[in-house]
Amino acid sequence: MSENANENGALLEVKSLKKYFPIHKGVTRRVVANVHAVDDVSLSLAKGETLGLVGESGCGKSTLGRCIVRLLAPTSGDIVFEGQSMGKLRSRALRPLRRQMQMIFQDPYASLNPRKRVGTIISDPMKIHGIGDRNERKRKVEELLETVGLSPEHYNRFPHEFSGGQRQRIGVARALALQPKLIVADEPVSALDVSIQAQVLNLLESLQTQFDLTYIFIAHDLAVVRHISDRIAVMYLGVIVEVSPAEALYDNPLHPYTISLLSAVPIPDPDVEAKRETILLPGELPSPANPPAACRFHTRCPYVQPTRCTTEVPELRKLGDGHFVACHWAEKIKAGELEPIESTPIEPERQDPVEAPQS
Amino acid sequence: MAEPLLEVKGLKVRFATEDGLVKAVDGVDFELERGKVLGIVGESGSGKSVTAMTLLGLTRDQNSLFEGQVLYKGQDILTMPESQLRDIRGNEIAMIFQDPMTSLNPVYKVGYQIVEAIVAHEAISKKVARRRAIDLLKQVGIPSAEERIDSFPHELSGGMRQRAMIALALSCNPDIVIADEPTTALDVTIQAQILALLDKLRTDFDSAVILITHDLGVVASIAHEILVMYAGRVVESGPKRELFYDPQMPYTWGLLGSIPRLDRPKQEKLHSITGSPPSLINVPVGCKFRPRCPHAFDRCTDEPELVNRVESPDHFDRCWLSLDDKRRLRGETLAGEAVA
Repeated sequence: MSENANENGALLEVKSLKKYFPIHKGVTRRVVANVHAVDDVSLSLAKGETLGLVGESGCGKSTLGRCIVRLLAPTSGDIVFEGQSMGKLRSRALRPLRRQMQMIFQDPYASLNPRKRVGTIISDPMKIHGIGDRNERKRKVEELLETVGLSPEHYNRFPHEFSGGQRQRIGVARALALQPKLIVADEPVSALDVSIQAQVLNLLESLQTQFDLTYIFIAHDLAVVRHISDRIAVMYLGVIVEVSPAEALYDNPLHPYTISLLSAVPIPDPDVEAKRETILLPGELPSPANPPAACRFHTRCPYVQPTRCTTEVPELRKLGDGHFVACHWAEKIKAGELEPIESTPIEPERQDPVEAPQS
Repeated sequence: MAEPLLEVKGLKVRFATEDGLVKAVDGVDFELERGKVLGIVGESGSGKSVTAMTLLGLTRDQNSLFEGQVLYKGQDILTMPESQLRDIRGNEIAMIFQDPMTSLNPVYKVGYQIVEAIVAHEAISKKVARRRAIDLLKQVGIPSAEERIDSFPHELSGGMRQRAMIALALSCNPDIVIADEPTTALDVTIQAQILALLDKLRTDFDSAVILITHDLGVVASIAHEILVMYAGRVVESGPKRELFYDPQMPYTWGLLGSIPRLDRPKQEKLHSITGSPPSLINVPVGCKFRPRCPHAFDRCTDEPELVNRVESPDHFDRCWLSLDDKRRLRGETLAGEAVA
């Protein structure tokens, strides 16, 4: 499943996608700047795979997801779904394609209309697309409720009668109602408790095999993303800095940003924790309205070099089987030829708290 | 052993509601010493936040009922008059709330809020307090603190706001810092910075920290002792290593087993705890975890006491299973975890 090899097998291709949000000012609302939320992203997705999209808040991962399902119109670039370009399509022509791609939202409390019954929430997409008559739709909804682990008796209940995990199941049932091929799940489990999170992740995995679904899974929890994804794309300030098969990304991260991101994940094991060294990045995420020139990560990169980093935009280069990295120095960093620069606003030396005196 | 800074004995908190009596906290005991980090872990609705807020007297209300004692330096916070409590609150026991967006006042500048807290508790001028506020902001790693002190909360990013909250909590050098999910709303990179900061402040000021979280990774990194809460009560407690390497409660196993782990090969399927936490109005008879426990048997209809059942004297749990059964059964849930 390499980046270029799936011209024929690709379900979805994103080509140089850009999404800028204008910043208005004054009475005339003239545009003074643009937020570069997604800035020239290309990726392709094979049928049946799960692509994880990770990055810090504000990196553009949600915007990218929303552009893909066309909840947002891209500023430029194209999205090709099953060979059909969506770039030029108007809303009417888009409608048959919309059926093929659905979204699961982060907040199960905000994404279900509190005034509608569960049955209506799940059957509305079918109604809009003119599928079946009232009875058929009802039967289908009851079937879907069972598929996602709820009971058909829940048909007439309201969202407030359910817990967070159950609500997220309703959201999943709604996404499945049109039998889509692609589901974009935007932080589907981050609002849930750990035990419930595992239930929903397992549900998503079993649905994938059952209905032959392709997922784009957006999350900031790297452990969750690894668990569910076949391939992972790491985003930073609107660009993809690394794409790789899931295991390879964790075993062999190549981009300095990925390396620091992975080093920051706490592991639920005291002995592993004691040995883990966090690479703290200096400073804050730069504003996406005015992203740094050339390599966007150079302002915070521990391996920043005087040449190239500030003058030349790094392209995604292939450095392994399906493993692409946008860093000029990735090989040298990997080989240990470059020394990280010590500069953090907070004291980098961290007191090791693990050696607690046994009372 | 030194006298504990804080001692919670048989704490029960109930709220009278239209639907009935909510037993939010139903028997919590612990002790906290200087320089220690106590982690309280549990799902939403397990009573961990209510416990924390009660330690500061923030759950007082005409519909709240309390039982037990919360002894801070020998004095009971539960029965203390509000005026005396106000001197302790923010001054000696401070709290860092989960959501930095809603817990800072949006209409006041960050600096004003910190200065206000300092001036309220200490007899110093606003000018001195302001200088201290700038120092605090620097300490928590806010760049160009002299300018940032005059920012409104909305002008700061999430990580900065949380750091401003921490600066506010530390403004009076409290003995106890209660951090309620301090990093839940933050990205991992910022989380790492905040945890490092909390730990540094603990060692600098010799304060005690109560860290409330549902993230076991976070407690593995900085806690010394851990309480696991379920349905308003402590179901297991002990030193960190005991809890991670010799967990006794099936609920603790479930929590440990249901998180995907970066340091292990990818699991086929995640362990999940079936069902959802019980209603706190109608709690199950006997062991509160029984309805969701895959290993429940006849005896579980009697509620087990929180007692020491293992060799380590500080490790307590509420589970009737024999030690042999526990060793045998938990391996599966913990997904091949090496059992000590």
